[in-house]
Amino acid sequence: MHPAYSVILFTTASGAGYGLLFWMSLGYAFGALPGGRLLALGAIIVALALITVGLLASMLHLGRPERALGSFSQWRSSWLSREGVAAVATYVPAGLLGLSLLFGYHNDIFHVIAAICAIFAAITVYCTGMIYGSLRTIRQWNKPLVPVFYLAASAASGAVLFGFLYSLFGHTTPVIEFLIALIITGAGVVKMVYWRQCAADKGQYTAEMATGLGAFGKVRPLDPPHTMPNFVMREMGYQVGRKHADKLRRLVLVCLFIVPAIAIALAALAGAAIFLLFAVALVSMGAGLIAERWLFFAEAEHVSMLFYGAERA
Amino acid sequence: MTTLPQTTAKKLGLVIDLDICVGCQACATSCKEWNTSGHSAPLSDHDPYGADPSGAWLNRVHSYELGEGAEGRTVHFPRSCLHCEEPDCVTVCPTGASYKREEDGIVLVNPDTCIGCKLCSWACPYGAREYDYDDGVMKKCTLCVDRIYNETLAEEDREPACVRACPTGARAFGDLADPDSAVSKNVAAREGFDLLAEFGYKPTNKYLPPRKTTSAHVNPIPVLKSETVSKPNGSMADKLFAWADQKLSR
Repeated sequence: MHPAYSVILFTTASGAGYGLLFWMSLGYAFGALPGGRLLALGAIIVALALITVGLLASMLHLGRPERALGSFSQWRSSWLSREGVAAVATYVPAGLLGLSLLFGYHNDIFHVIAAICAIFAAITVYCTGMIYGSLRTIRQWNKPLVPVFYLAASAASGAVLFGFLYSLFGHTTPVIEFLIALIITGAGVVKMVYWRQCAADKGQYTAEMATGLGAFGKVRPLDPPHTMPNFVMREMGYQVGRKHADKLRRLVLVCLFIVPAIAIALAALAGAAIFLLFAVALVSMGAGLIAERWLFFAEAEHVSMLFYGAERA
Repeated sequence: MTTLPQTTAKKLGLVIDLDICVGCQACATSCKEWNTSGHSAPLSDHDPYGADPSGAWLNRVHSYELGEGAEGRTVHFPRSCLHCEEPDCVTVCPTGASYKREEDGIVLVNPDTCIGCKLCSWACPYGAREYDYDDGVMKKCTLCVDRIYNETLAEEDREPACVRACPTGARAFGDLADPDSAVSKNVAAREGFDLLAEFGYKPTNKYLPPRKTTSAHVNPIPVLKSETVSKPNGSMADKLFAWADQKLSR
């Protein structure tokens, strides 16, 4: 599948934003948020800014962005529509929470609102994952671990952002830092299991099934239907060299999981230069996430390519 | 609503005979010609006369090679939307622009509400939908919905442009829900099949297989009488020709 930069930016930026919103709302709901009111306000502003940038980027992917409002209508059947509804719905509790922090107005009801905010953030990210996870045409995407990893990546990137923001003002503790390192490690384990599943899945459909001509022997393309690639080949037939993919996978492992987890564990152990180590983790994770999301598209193989010479899909 | 209709009154579709398709591209060209000014207008092209031409077409004709040796054959293979009974291209649509008609089962895109998110093309295993970069919306076979009910056209023209154009009669149009229709009878007689039936979208369009040629029916390459070499009879002339043949063959 063709990796569209707008979609990569959307899923990584809004994923991190929803992750940060999730952790900070969760902390607020249980009254366990360290730091003061203004720091919480700062965190919610950063989260909403990332979410908004991501959602605007996703609009760039549309051919007719001016009609985007129509996409809230089909939530009964479409995960993309559900995601839009959930994304907008999350602004309501997040906005209320932000206003209460801005004006310093507190009431016990805001613990409930914060809990709703955390739940909505998680639902939105799950919907994003299911847009891909529900497509049976792409075996690398049609796996239960796809939405799980979207949640895990969002949780990990949000946690690192949270740690960075709070460590700037010295409000992280070794317990929080170890927990963040653990979340990153967990996301890494999900990704590695997912890669193993992908390697084991060679594809159940063949060119013979696609054309229905298996009884006559092996199907081999002779003349293509068009002289240059069409939309289907450009969009669905995007291929990345195997060698390239292996290098990028190593890059993802190192940047997205190993460096951030070690940096943050070091911060917990050393108890010094904490925000510097969080900054290292944040930068490394950002690069790792973009590489991961690019690979997620580039390595995805679409069934329609069976008509264009793919043997299995 | 992008949820699918429970049943459709008719199942209008195409039956494509792979035994007689000659791969002339008349169906694809005729489709482009009609639809670039019909329901799906425009079907934009980019660099059409240059080095990297591309554009939205609703029908594509592949040619495949099958089998080995005497069993080998070429099969021309037209591919367009199959107007499936249970396709995800309809249900994934966030706006309801992609829909399946209850009255005849035709799958259409509403060009006025499509936002061009391309998700429907991702959900189609047949690669049947093509995005129009200029128009910003998805394009697909409409089964010439603007011809088949069009009373301003002569009756013989009220069928899809691809069917009308096919010079060999390899394409037929009809109601596949009606077991007595000509297309249904032909599908039954010729063991018509679904493309990628394993995927489960239940395509309406059917394909008729190429007729089998068994080894017994494959004629050996005949040796023409005039080409059979007569045995030398030992005459002087024979010896002369043999000598000339030898010298000239060096």
